[in-house]
Amino acid sequence: MNNKVAVYRKEHFNAAHRLNNPLWDDATNQKVFGKCNNPHYHGHNYELIVKLTGEPNEATGYVYDLKLLSDLINENVIEKFDHKNLNEDTAEFKNVNPTAENIVIVIYTILRAKIDLKFNLQIRLYETERNFVEYPAN
Amino acid sequence: MVYITRIEHFNAAHKLFNPNWSREKNEEVFGKCANENWHGHNFELYVTLKGEPNPDTGFVYDVKKLSIIVKEHVIDKLDHKNLNMDVDFMAGKLCSIENLVIGIWQQLAPHLPQEVQLHCLKLYETPRIFVEYYGEI
Repeated sequence: MNNKVAVYRKEHFNAAHRLNNPLWDDATNQKVFGKCNNPHYHGHNYELIVKLTGEPNEATGYVYDLKLLSDLINENVIEKFDHKNLNEDTAEFKNVNPTAENIVIVIYTILRAKIDLKFNLQIRLYETERNFVEYPAN
Repeated sequence: MVYITRIEHFNAAHKLFNPNWSREKNEEVFGKCANENWHGHNFELYVTLKGEPNPDTGFVYDVKKLSIIVKEHVIDKLDHKNLNMDVDFMAGKLCSIENLVIGIWQQLAPHLPQEVQLHCLKLYETPRIFVEYYGEI
């Protein structure tokens, strides 16, 4: 019998960024990325939802202790990105355009390395209330 | 008397930084908000008017028209901008939401039709941090 349960933890961080492709000229960047290309940056309140799927542990009843999951996310993701400029202050986006798509892949990669592979991991990232991404896509 | 509110939003970068202080002093007072390379937010702006419904329309004021005025005179100046560097009406001011909401009021009030009474501006920086301003009382 499949007793798998999905558990979720929400966290958030506030950051500045800009979308820019250094291989393109200013006009092309402006055309493709519009106001998101502002050289002085803009910013967002990012909402992060981390989903873990697994079977509840017989002894604890937990799939995963959500306090421990929160600590893990805070230490490895939030401290890295909160109140930062994603383009300027983070190694991850030195050479990667910090779109929501690329940010969610980076966050997944960081957390996947820290969480036992018996748990399925999926990340949802809200850039605004109405723009959000999910990885991996099923 | 009825209060009617239109919500608009903008995304912007800023930092809290007093140029008259050392970096250490700024970090002591403003913490991570003083990050010299900026950070950012999704700001939500609530614009509340007050008045009696017009007998012909039932409106205090047409909120579609209000939205156009707010967009033209406020949102277009702030959205996807750096509040410290790109916004003329915040030049030389500390970019706290307290100062920003006063700046928005001063920016918006002169552009509203004379029959409209601006009652309150509410500005959210995050879902859990917001300010309210009722003009100079």
